[in-house]
Amino acid sequence: MSEQEVSTATVVDGSAHAGSSGSSGPASARRNLFNGSMGRNVGLVLALVALCIVGYVTAGERFASIDNVLTILRMAAVIGVLSIGMTFVITAGGIDLSVGSVMGLSTVWASTLATQTMAADTHWIVMVGTALAVGTVCGLINGVLIAYGKVVAFMATLAMMVGARGLAEMISNRQTQIVTVKPFLTFFRADFIGIPVLVWMFVVVAIAGWILLNRTTFGRRTIAVGGNPEAARLAGIKVKRHLMYLYCLVGFTAGIAAVMMLGRTTAGSSTNGLFYELDVIAAVVVGGTLLVGGRGTIVGTVFGVLIFMTLTNIFTLNNMSTSAQNVAKGVIIVVAVLLQQRFASRTRSD
Amino acid sequence: MVNADPQPTRPLLQMRSIVKQFPGARALDGVDLDILPGEVHCLLGQNGAGKSTLIKVLAGAHQPNEGQILIDGEPVTIPHPVAALKLGVATMYQELDVVDGLTVAENIYLGHELSTVGFSNRRLVAKNTRALMKRLGHPEISPHREVGELSAAGKQIVSMARALSHDARVIVMDEPSAVLDSEEVENLFRVVQELTSSGVAIVYISHRLEEIRQIGDRITVLKDGRTVAQNLQVAQTPTSELIKLMTGRAVDNVFPAREPVAEEAEVLLAVESLGLKGEFSDVSFEVRAGEVVGFAGLVGSGRSEILETVYGARRPTEGTVTVGGAKLRAGSVAAAVDAGIGLCPEERKSQGLLLDEPVYRNITLSTFGRFAKSGFLDEQAERSAAQEQAVALDLRPAGVERHARTLSGGNQQKALLARWLVRGCRVLLLDEPTRGVDVGARAEIYTLIRDLAASGAAVLVVSSEIDEVLGLSDRVLVISEGRVVHQGPADSIDEHGVLDLVMEGSAA
Repeated sequence: MSEQEVSTATVVDGSAHAGSSGSSGPASARRNLFNGSMGRNVGLVLALVALCIVGYVTAGERFASIDNVLTILRMAAVIGVLSIGMTFVITAGGIDLSVGSVMGLSTVWASTLATQTMAADTHWIVMVGTALAVGTVCGLINGVLIAYGKVVAFMATLAMMVGARGLAEMISNRQTQIVTVKPFLTFFRADFIGIPVLVWMFVVVAIAGWILLNRTTFGRRTIAVGGNPEAARLAGIKVKRHLMYLYCLVGFTAGIAAVMMLGRTTAGSSTNGLFYELDVIAAVVVGGTLLVGGRGTIVGTVFGVLIFMTLTNIFTLNNMSTSAQNVAKGVIIVVAVLLQQRFASRTRSD
Repeated sequence: MVNADPQPTRPLLQMRSIVKQFPGARALDGVDLDILPGEVHCLLGQNGAGKSTLIKVLAGAHQPNEGQILIDGEPVTIPHPVAALKLGVATMYQELDVVDGLTVAENIYLGHELSTVGFSNRRLVAKNTRALMKRLGHPEISPHREVGELSAAGKQIVSMARALSHDARVIVMDEPSAVLDSEEVENLFRVVQELTSSGVAIVYISHRLEEIRQIGDRITVLKDGRTVAQNLQVAQTPTSELIKLMTGRAVDNVFPAREPVAEEAEVLLAVESLGLKGEFSDVSFEVRAGEVVGFAGLVGSGRSEILETVYGARRPTEGTVTVGGAKLRAGSVAAAVDAGIGLCPEERKSQGLLLDEPVYRNITLSTFGRFAKSGFLDEQAERSAAQEQAVALDLRPAGVERHARTLSGGNQQKALLARWLVRGCRVLLLDEPTRGVDVGARAEIYTLIRDLAASGAAVLVVSSEIDEVLGLSDRVLVISEGRVVHQGPADSIDEHGVLDLVMEGSAA
């Protein structure tokens, strides 16, 4: 995002109150809407900029180097892909606590001796297919339980979180499974135009997610289901089926994240993705997606992920403990949610 | 105003010219109410006459904009519900406000727990509760029973005991018999009589005139937010007089003229012995192209449930719905919508609209998939289709980009109608189409509905306002307690007739 875009957005956002009560032809209202969401993103950009300044002041060139930026992005990629999937589920008013576990299970299943042998004999894509299939099936189970079994999303995915982690331990026997399929590693550890493949994958998933949410009937249904499920149902939208698809989607992104994790760490392990669900949900909510559903923003989520990863990076560079880092994360989450509530009450009072 | 008798004793509670203005609607427009000690004072009025608002003002849940409340001749203000209780005014709402997970004693003393230095005094609470239960004729209900295990009647007793635990001098009962069977009603009456004999005044709200005859002393009639009659002695006021007072004015000429429906017009919607266990049974009717059929009945009579079942939002336990000759898959909204049915639900905000989405997306909520090309939205096409309907229905303001939340009730209703017009629905189900809509916009909506019928749609209207059903429809079905008790042309029956049927049904 360029400087100029940001500054115009701020101005229009400031005049949004006047605009909403006055005349609203299609063009002006669309501009309001556009800039409304842009206006929210301004806060995120400012936060990220502030963090970068802090990083530069405290760690200097070590922070501002190309290498370090790529490190941040590489770390952001896995959480980022999960967060894109999570954005959809939260926009629809749901939640998925199992993303971290499902990703862990997918890394284990895709790196078992059997899978790796088959991959070595045929093509490394077998490992990718396995990870995606495992993730999607876990999502499908979540989705069926939630949509048709009427289990509360929190509980269904909590059960999956525990269950998938346990299954991963059983399959791996709590051993770390090293990936030995060379072409797989070569592919996912490569750079493309100086940027790691993992980062490209995140970019592609984010763009695809943005299009899916904002430009397709799938996205419109997601927003409708989250905004008012009863109205959506009475308008003829198949709410249950859509919910099931959404959990499949987030499972699928957990599969993608698993592939990326395998590429980055070269190991499948039942401890992969431990507590990721918390980082993912935090990033999505800090990005501006409403936890109650009805509004979601992919751009916000990307910023949310970058903010958290930059923060982690700064703490690491300054040799500060993860404990202090967690305190800072907690503060950020609370501040973001407070700001969000203020925003929500402002729009409600128009 | 009718004022039958001079008042013998000094009133315990008086409400003088109470006015309550809500955004867009004047719910109370000068209400007077006098309550004498030890009487059963009946408050009568149709749905929307202002009874609920009035008792909420009395309970401190709403603040009146104008008017005065006097207790023992002293002016008082009731800024919040606790203040009402302190003044000795307790209210039992229709939805009993007991907490299922707590015990009887805990419910009764909820909010004013008896305690000694912070520890709740369980023994005293239990003793007092037993005394209250005995006074109310239910010594068998233990203070330690969980309220969730009690019947509706039992919960009501708990609610009453709570009122008495506050030393209430006036107890307002909002349709207390609605949840009771006839035996339990007898016990309720016994309790009411005992309370009044000890000087407690009861404000009794009920649609069932029979009950009022049985236990009422005096009647106040509300209509359109005003007191139209007070101090009527129950014994000396014939039922016909009461119904006339409740329905009041001659039907205004707001209803557009209706064209006779051709005999050979196609039957678009046919419902055959439809039933839903516990809600309604054996409902059969047909709606022809160009016809408006109205459902009259009280709230809770099953009319909305019938509508939702026809639409597939509830799965029927028996019967079929046929649209344009093809039988509909039961319990599937998507199937109903595909067959060309559209529903404008009773609760526009919670069931109809995405309030924080632009109006055009609300209008195209059931059609955006049609405008889309292989899954990709065509928002430009959506906008222009929505704009077209907005102009046709005279949506104000006409801009379709603003959020649905900013529209008035009448215009939200229009947006919902537009949703189905974009889709080209041939069968429209309208549940309370004019609820929360002001008088001017009402006439517009009536005209729209008639125009839709004239263009060949089959329209089904449910309304609590009997004059609306009669004025708008070609044919009327009177629903009472889940049964169709009358079916015929709208001009063959009048408001009195409908009310008679409805009251008869519910008194049984």
